[in-house]
Amino acid sequence: MPDKSSSHPSRLFHNLIACHECDLLYRVHPLRYGERANCSRCGAALYAKKRDSFEHTIILALTSLMLFTLANVFPFMTFELHGRVQESLLSTGVKEFFERDMWTLGVLVLCASILFPALKILGLLYVLVPLEFNRRPWKAALAFRLVQHFQTWAMMDVYLLGVIVAVVKLADMAILVPGVAIYSFVALIIALAAADSALDQHAVWEKMEEFP
Amino acid sequence: MTGPYPSAARAGLMSCHACHQLSQIPAGPTHGDAICPRCEAHIHLRKPDSLSRTWALLIAAYILYIPANLLPVMTVISFGKGEADTILSGVKELIHAGMLPIALLVFFASITVPVLKLLALTFLLLSVQYKSQWRPRERTKLYRITEVVGRWSMIDIFMISILIALVKLEAVATIEPGPGAISFAAVVILTMFAAMSFDPRLIWDRIEEKA
Repeated sequence: MPDKSSSHPSRLFHNLIACHECDLLYRVHPLRYGERANCSRCGAALYAKKRDSFEHTIILALTSLMLFTLANVFPFMTFELHGRVQESLLSTGVKEFFERDMWTLGVLVLCASILFPALKILGLLYVLVPLEFNRRPWKAALAFRLVQHFQTWAMMDVYLLGVIVAVVKLADMAILVPGVAIYSFVALIIALAAADSALDQHAVWEKMEEFP
Repeated sequence: MTGPYPSAARAGLMSCHACHQLSQIPAGPTHGDAICPRCEAHIHLRKPDSLSRTWALLIAAYILYIPANLLPVMTVISFGKGEADTILSGVKELIHAGMLPIALLVFFASITVPVLKLLALTFLLLSVQYKSQWRPRERTKLYRITEVVGRWSMIDIFMISILIALVKLEAVATIEPGPGAISFAAVVILTMFAAMSFDPRLIWDRIEEKA
C-alpha cells in the first residue's frame, strides 16, 4: 500500500519529469497559460498549462453527456427503398451483429461507439466534479487511469467517417434521411474533443495528491 | 545533443506510465512489483518484455492480414443475388461510382495505414534489436504517428455495422458481414496493442549505451 501520510513520497521528485518517449529528465518549469513544454531531444509533449482546466472539462463533459443521451435515444438514420422505410438507431448495427452470432464484431462496435465513450464521460465527471469541490472520490486514481485508457478505444470520430462512407455507398440505391441522433453524434464528437483538449492530466494528478 | 540532465534511468529513476510520477528504481532484480505512490499503477523501468510482446502481436497481425484481405468483408444480397466484397473491391467500387475522394479515404485508412503500420513496427523492432544509431528522433516520430493513426483503420468495420443496420429489407436487399471483417478488425486491434507494447525509450537506450 502506498504511504498516504502528510509527507507523501511522490513529493520527492515533484519538480522533475521524465520524457515518456525518450526518458530524458527535465526540471519542471512553470508555464504560462496556453504554453506547452516539449522534449528537446525527441519532440514529445511533456506537459502543458491550461486555463480553468477543471471547469472547462466538467462543462464540456456535461454537454457530452446530454448529447450522448440524444444520440442514443433518437433515430440515427432512415433508409427508404421502393416505398419501404427502415429506421435505425446508433445501436442497431451492434444488435444486427449479435443476431448473426458475430459477437466479436458486435462487442467491438459496442465498445468503440457506445460503451467506452459513455465510460469516458462518466469517468471524467466522477473524478473531476468532487475534486473541483476539494473532495477525493472513492478509487479516484483507478478511475482516472481507466479514463485515460478509454481515450484510445473510444472511436466515435472514426465511426463518423464510417457513416459517411456507408451513406456514399447507398446514395444512388436508396433515399437516406438523417435523424436527430446523427446531429447529436457530430456535436458529441466535437464536445468530447474539446473536453480532451481542455483536460490537464497533470493538474488532476496533482490535485489528487492534495486530498489523499 | 542531450539536455542538461541525463535520462531518468541513469539518474536511478523510473516514471509512471499513467501519471508521469517519478520513483526511485528499487534495489534488486525485481522492480516488476513496484507501485506508483501517486496513482497506484504498476510501474516499470521500461514496458515489460516490450520487444517480445510487440513481435508476438505483430506476427499475429501479419498472419491475419492475409485472410483480412482475401476473404469477403461483406456480401450484398439484392433480389436473391449475392455479391461479395473484399476490402480492395470495396475501394474499386467506390472509384467506379465516381466517388474518388471517398475512395481515396477508404484506400488510405484500410490499405495504406495497416500496411505502413506493420512495416513501421517491424522496422522499429529491428532497429532496436540491431542497436541502430540512425536518426533516433525521426524513429520516435515514426512511432508516435504509428500509435495515433492506427485507430482510423476501423472505418470499414463501422461502415459494415451501419450498412447492416440500414439495409435489411429481406426480399429486396440485405447485407451480410463476412469472415474477412473479423480478421480485418483483429489486424487493427493487434497492431494497436503492438504499438502500445513497444517502448520508444528503447531507441534512446541504445543511443546512450554507445555514448
